[in-house]
Amino acid sequence: MGLFILRRSGVMILTALCLTFIVFVLTNLEPNLEKLAKTQGNFRMSDEAVNSWLNNNGYGQPTVVKYGQWLGALPGWTRTTEEGVTGRCITGTQPESEADQAARFCGILQGGWGYSTRFKDDVASIISVRLGNTGYLMLWVLVIMVPSALIIGVLAGMREGSVTDRSLSTVSILTTATPEYVSGVILIAIFTSSTVGLKWFKGTATSAMENPTFENFFLPVLTIALYGMGYIARMTRASMTEVMTAQYIRTARLKGVSFHNIILKHALRNALIAPFTVIMLQFPWLLNGVVIVETLFNYKGFGWILVEAAGNNDIELLLAISVVSVVVVLVTQLISDIGYVYLNPRIRIS
Amino acid sequence: MDPLSWTGQIAFLNPVLALGLGLLGLSVLAWIVLSCLLPENRAITPSGAGLSLPTGPRELTGLAVRLTFLLTAAVIAAYLILGLVLGTGAGIIGAIAQRLLPVWIALVLLFALSVRFKQRMGMYGKLFDSPIGMIGFGLVMFWVFTGIFGAFDLIITHDPLAQLSGLKNKVPGTPLPSPEEGDFQWYLLGGDNLARDVFSRMVKGAWEVVKIAPLATIFAFMAGITLGLPAGYFGGRIDTFLSFLANLILAFPVILLFYLLVTPEIVQTGLPQYMAAVLFAFPLIFFAVWINARFRTQPHQNRLWLSVVLIPLVWGYFSVINQTESKINFLPQSLDLFNITGGILVVFVSVVFVNSPTVFRIVRGLTMDIKTRDYVAAAQTRGERPWYIMLWEVLPNARGPLIVDFCLRIGYTTILLGTLGFFGLGLPPESPDWGSTINEGRKLLAIYLHPALPPAFALLSLVLGLNLLADGLREESMKD
Repeated sequence: MGLFILRRSGVMILTALCLTFIVFVLTNLEPNLEKLAKTQGNFRMSDEAVNSWLNNNGYGQPTVVKYGQWLGALPGWTRTTEEGVTGRCITGTQPESEADQAARFCGILQGGWGYSTRFKDDVASIISVRLGNTGYLMLWVLVIMVPSALIIGVLAGMREGSVTDRSLSTVSILTTATPEYVSGVILIAIFTSSTVGLKWFKGTATSAMENPTFENFFLPVLTIALYGMGYIARMTRASMTEVMTAQYIRTARLKGVSFHNIILKHALRNALIAPFTVIMLQFPWLLNGVVIVETLFNYKGFGWILVEAAGNNDIELLLAISVVSVVVVLVTQLISDIGYVYLNPRIRIS
Repeated sequence: MDPLSWTGQIAFLNPVLALGLGLLGLSVLAWIVLSCLLPENRAITPSGAGLSLPTGPRELTGLAVRLTFLLTAAVIAAYLILGLVLGTGAGIIGAIAQRLLPVWIALVLLFALSVRFKQRMGMYGKLFDSPIGMIGFGLVMFWVFTGIFGAFDLIITHDPLAQLSGLKNKVPGTPLPSPEEGDFQWYLLGGDNLARDVFSRMVKGAWEVVKIAPLATIFAFMAGITLGLPAGYFGGRIDTFLSFLANLILAFPVILLFYLLVTPEIVQTGLPQYMAAVLFAFPLIFFAVWINARFRTQPHQNRLWLSVVLIPLVWGYFSVINQTESKINFLPQSLDLFNITGGILVVFVSVVFVNSPTVFRIVRGLTMDIKTRDYVAAAQTRGERPWYIMLWEVLPNARGPLIVDFCLRIGYTTILLGTLGFFGLGLPPESPDWGSTINEGRKLLAIYLHPALPPAFALLSLVLGLNLLADGLREESMKD
């Protein structure tokens, strides 16, 4: 088990390195840098001005070197001018004596996440605030999505082909066929617009960042939960129907155990192993849903900064975002693998 | 001209429909509740007792559901048929029903022919034994026909890009203020915030999806199959490497990937074109290996088939990736068959790129399962080459799950295309695709519902149809 976790962690780190390198290369392509220079300097810069701006700010180096500096494996660049020394690890321009005291390495290995050119702020603080907002959203999504999906799946899978099964399966197919931007628009239209006139909820969740209430927070949560719910419910149903045809269930029935006891004591435990991995693997999709829903409901969280950073080629913020999302994806994969082994006695004991 | 109401002269059907829907809802509710509460009826009907009326509450509610469903379906059919006859006399619904006349004709013909000849058509024929599959297939074909006829300008009432003054954000059924000779007199589903016809844009949007989604899914399948078969069959290092690559792409948040690939700055560097050059090469490789594995021992036939299939494919391949005034531009103008414009190539490439790792994983898993079967061992004992076994023994036996996944994946591709449009990536801003239209419409959603809802329901019904179709296919293929 220890070796398994160690190997998986090694693959995880390799994947994270590859992914961030790809993002790094794509954001550092020449037209992207030119756009960055023009948004940071001014829009009527000549080609030479763009070049000198890029060189002055350390963007002119080879991509691999820049990646090493961002990672913290190579020393940050410095440049000495008449006014003093500037560099990656130095804030602003400082005299030489003070610049010598600054750290030589300042990549993410040292905890330096960089500076966002879009928000003019430290990347680490932006990420922590926005991730907190999204974490709260995700928490409520999971609170609504997981129990209801499991209940729907178990009820449907209990008696395969029954009326309950048919109707609940249709509901779960319907929710998997409705992407967030469709269900969100329909929900907003029904519950918030003045045309329909229900006005039960608010169409934006901007105020939910400080003061989340049922009125302004329920619709975004519901929108994300609905799309994920159908898939988990279908997987639970499949797993439940498989368990219900197993021999030990038949034996229990023949012994005269009541249907409730069969479900609760014999079937449920084994039927919930597969949904656990599915729920864990659902996290990357939730991340997608978060981006759409945060844009739709104007809730400024992790998805919102992703859109902002990508739209403005904010290199270091984008890299931080990809690090976070890759870690989320890979850690949930790891948990699902370990959990599967742990929950399934057939694998655990052998 | 007067503004159109929703139902016009056939308004007398509205209470009937409301009654039917109400009864249907009630009976379905009663059905579910009763089937939960009451035990199953396990009594064995004595044979030869003849037909008997359903007895007991369970059977009665079941019958009630069936009857109310038939009633509702009949009322809806009446709306459509009366609408077809009366046209604008039957309000907006009638006018839309009449505009969609070619679609109805095509659907009726397709279903009549398919049901008539279903015995002879294998898996496709079996689809018509399952009601779920039939409903799904009907929904999908409705949008496919709408897209195709819409592309021929048969259905649309106005130019989807034309802005008519005075119709900005107008409600459905608003007449044109100053119609010219030969113009359609109304905006059937209203005007959007740039005074364009919502109905025509929705119909044109169907064509955008029908044009891109199936083709992109086919390319994703070609790439996934070509790489997944050897990964699953050989295992070992090649499997480790390819699986790592697939997991790498799957670990990317899709929207970040789209933003990184589809922005104009990246398009300028020619990166999507290089990716197209790689991704579109997979069908060539696939067909070349497929034919070569089969006819390797008959060189004459091999050469004939290879040249018949590959020459047009290679020409098409070069025409696709070659584009004037871009990084890949080597083909003379006269040989370039077609140019893909308006960022469609970029959208296409990114959708294929996102889809192919999942297909790869499915094919790999299926191959690992199938290669343990006896017929593969028999082929190995016969001395068949690995590629022959993969493409002519394993692949045909994996077709069932692959066809089901193909339907689901077209739906997912449709969702991805909508996502791209929703974020305004790739397609030109005035493009009528559903994602872009939803994005424009949502900004005014608090006041005007009509610009955003038609494309939203269109996308929903198409994806739902594809899901139901996949479900029906799965059910029918399980019966074998």
